Amino acid sequence: MSTVSPATQSAMVPQRWRIAGLTRELPEPAVFTWELEPLDGDAMTYLPGQFNMVYQHGLGEVPISISGDADSGPLVHTIRAAGAVTRRMAALSAGDVIGVRGPYGSAWPVAQAQGRDLVIVAGGIGLAPLRPVIYHAARFRDRFRRVVILYGTRRPGDILYRGELEAWSGRLDLDVAVTVDRSAPGWYGDVGVVTRLIDRGGFDPEQSVAMLCGPEVMMRFAATALRRQGMPETAIWLSMERNMHCAVGFCGHCQLGPYFICRDGPVFRLDRIEPYMGVREL
Amino acid sequence: MSLRDTIAAVPFFQGLPDAHLDALAGCAREARFADGEALLREGEGADQFYLLREGIVRLVMHWPHRGELTLETLGTGEVLGWSWIAPPYRWHFDAIARGGVRAIAFDARCLRGEMTSDPAFGYEMMSRFAAVISHRLQAARMQMMDVYAPPGGEEAP
Repeated sequence: MSTVSPATQSAMVPQRWRIAGLTRELPEPAVFTWELEPLDGDAMTYLPGQFNMVYQHGLGEVPISISGDADSGPLVHTIRAAGAVTRRMAALSAGDVIGVRGPYGSAWPVAQAQGRDLVIVAGGIGLAPLRPVIYHAARFRDRFRRVVILYGTRRPGDILYRGELEAWSGRLDLDVAVTVDRSAPGWYGDVGVVTRLIDRGGFDPEQSVAMLCGPEVMMRFAATALRRQGMPETAIWLSMERNMHCAVGFCGHCQLGPYFICRDGPVFRLDRIEPYMGVREL
Repeated sequence: MSLRDTIAAVPFFQGLPDAHLDALAGCAREARFADGEALLREGEGADQFYLLREGIVRLVMHWPHRGELTLETLGTGEVLGWSWIAPPYRWHFDAIARGGVRAIAFDARCLRGEMTSDPAFGYEMMSRFAAVISHRLQAARMQMMDVYAPPGGEEAP
């Protein structure tokens, strides 16, 4: 008979957190950001790229990447109302209490990027898991060479963290480019997929570390564009999504080839995960 | 720096032998465009192409009663225009400068003549443009996929 260790049992129990701040980021589908404060213990220590299981009492749990500043400030989650649980979460207000367990998973290789060009490629809501890296790079700017932030999304109205993107764009030591797949009246920025921004270069591909997050198809195309620029696949990292349930490599729902995305990921180096990306049977 | 040296330094032309660079330089001139100025006009003869040295260019389609739609933007180091390669040598879209644009303009008739008289040069140019066209086609397909559409399930961002 198999048994569940006390450590695993503990890892499965959510702690209570209060929604201290709520920002409505985008309308349909709703994207919102929570700033959370702990009710049952201390503030959470985590690494950029990690995720939490966020629990709405009586309804269910969802894996959500942490999108705040890992070096200071509250625990922050940006959530898109995409399913039954997250749609209900979108109806919560500041002061409501939710459950959180974590942090889980692997982190972005921030230390490995030091002394190199840092290339961040984000698509859609994929900017949220990368925002902790941007905060870190902006705060410790002298630890990196060029910091390039390439962001693509569907339409101008879908640009996430627009105010922060404008602020980062205004800094002389960050290279920020934003593009949309479909233009709209009044949009004066770039039009085209985010991989087209990679084609324009602006970084040293042999002395860079790239971090990608967005729809898997987008990341595959982005990785191809980065390799075309001459970046080795060992310098390309991406954050994978799968159907994560337990978050501790126990249930097997998020298995992809030899990996459990929740335990071995979600951040993977490209050469390790690429053989399993796009495999229909997986 | 001479125009030939400038051309030789552009990644798109990297690795071309001297004779091919000479042929390119013989068909090239420097060009500047002010904000809103057209580099190409839909329906007009495709008798040049551009290599963008600085600035952004919008590829634009005009829809009757709906105004203009920007399909794509091109930036520094990118090639603008490939309709000069194949008949009927006519542009399919407008290309409008966004802000000031500096470019190298290549005379298409001149280049087609050089490519015909020197098949090795013609092959090099066609190979390089085929790569550009291939990348843009992949990008257009990705654009069509609407990859940022909301997923159906319960997924993390």
